[in-house]
Amino acid sequence: MDARVQGGAVVGGRRELWLFVLQRASAALLAPLVLVHLATMIYAIQGGLSAAEILARTRASVAWPLLYALFVAAASVHGAIGLRTIVREMTPWRGASLDAAAVAFALACLALGFRAVGALA
Amino acid sequence: MSEPRANGPELSVEVWRGRAEGRFQTYRVPLRPSQTVLDVVTYVQRRIDPTLSYRFACRVGMCGSCAMMVNGAPRWTCRTHVARVAKDRRLRLAPLRNLPVIKDLAADMTPFFDKWREAEARFLPSSPRAAATARIPPADPERAAADAAIECIGCGVCHAACDVVAWQPDYLGPAALNRAWTLVNDARDADRRAHLAAVAGDAGCHACHSHQSCATFCPKGLNPTASIAGLKRASALALLAGRL
Amino acid sequence: MSGPARWRNHPGYGAFVVHRVSGLLLALFLPAHLYVLGLAIEGEAALDSFLRWTEAAPVKLAEAGLALLLAAHLAGGLRLLAIEFLPWTDRQKTLLALAGGFSAFAALLFLLNAL
Repeated sequence: MDARVQGGAVVGGRRELWLFVLQRASAALLAPLVLVHLATMIYAIQGGLSAAEILARTRASVAWPLLYALFVAAASVHGAIGLRTIVREMTPWRGASLDAAAVAFALACLALGFRAVGALA
Repeated sequence: MSEPRANGPELSVEVWRGRAEGRFQTYRVPLRPSQTVLDVVTYVQRRIDPTLSYRFACRVGMCGSCAMMVNGAPRWTCRTHVARVAKDRRLRLAPLRNLPVIKDLAADMTPFFDKWREAEARFLPSSPRAAATARIPPADPERAAADAAIECIGCGVCHAACDVVAWQPDYLGPAALNRAWTLVNDARDADRRAHLAAVAGDAGCHACHSHQSCATFCPKGLNPTASIAGLKRASALALLAGRL
Repeated sequence: MSGPARWRNHPGYGAFVVHRVSGLLLALFLPAHLYVLGLAIEGEAALDSFLRWTEAAPVKLAEAGLALLLAAHLAGGLRLLAIEFLPWTDRQKTLLALAGGFSAFAALLFLLNAL
């Protein structure tokens, strides 16, 4: 797993670099989505929330469920990679079991998220 | 321990004694104008306790051998004035963080320099010694990028300031990566891709969190965070282009 | 042996702590948030019964806290992307002030509209 330089040749994978790229790519995707989410939250919270109000908004256009599906995908990936990094730096937990736990977290978020998007669509 | 009695104002100096296991020992040292932290350590060793071990050479900020933790921050002690860091006349001196301790204030720099080798942070010549001097315009963007990152004296202050080094002991660290960035930008280097490949491994440049502790404490005013950001960009692009 | 961790005593490190803590809390909140939204699949009544709980003042305050975390993580993240993918700027403290100002503004706006 760890890259080691032996006589100028790098031995080992690029897993962490790929995760870095994925983390920044999901971040770039999330930035405008979070901005829209914050604005929607501030607008929608006025006068309290109701299921009818939320569903009226999300069912008004097919763009909303699509946007939220993208949001769910990006947030699941971003959260999973972030949690994995925190665990690696702050606890002794490493290796395949941690990677599996991070994947499981992402999959759980994706499942819950797509279920929610399906309910709102 | 015979401590000379001073008439004027004194500093209370706690000094780490021992190795990984040890304790702080307190010495009283006369306060003098324009006194550096290294002056204080030297006073303790020459006048109070000759068994104290520490490291220094040039005393003028060139050699990079006298760095220590001073009141919880890494400093080059030969050019750190007591008046600036010990306003309450108290000093707490410990060996550089993130490195093994040899004895007292002398840290073992071996892991630090091992990382330079792992980062392929050495120039790979592309032409023989007899060849004419390469001409690189000072305004060339690569030259400018390398220029901002040279002048490192290898003191290890950034390495000691870096929490990513503490959390991921394999991480190559700010000094080695900063040096690698100068070589990635060196038009004379024979294999710039090899430098990039060496810093793109699983403990490479992208582990950096841009805390900027390295840049905050570098006594030479260098900015390893910016150098590492350059490496992150270059290695991510190379990865996506299939060149890594 | 090092005593006070003064190597952490600068604005960039503070920004990191904010980013890490907000990221951790948001990541832990995410599954719960998605689960609650998914209640709508069981009909409006299920979601509404939860939404009535959120009308309580302490919950509103907690929601404003979440808005603050989200805004802070967004602004701090944009700052990190700028450090990593744009040419270096020495105006790091200005960027930090902007990020802090944006976060506080967004959270206050949310709170004022929620009450």
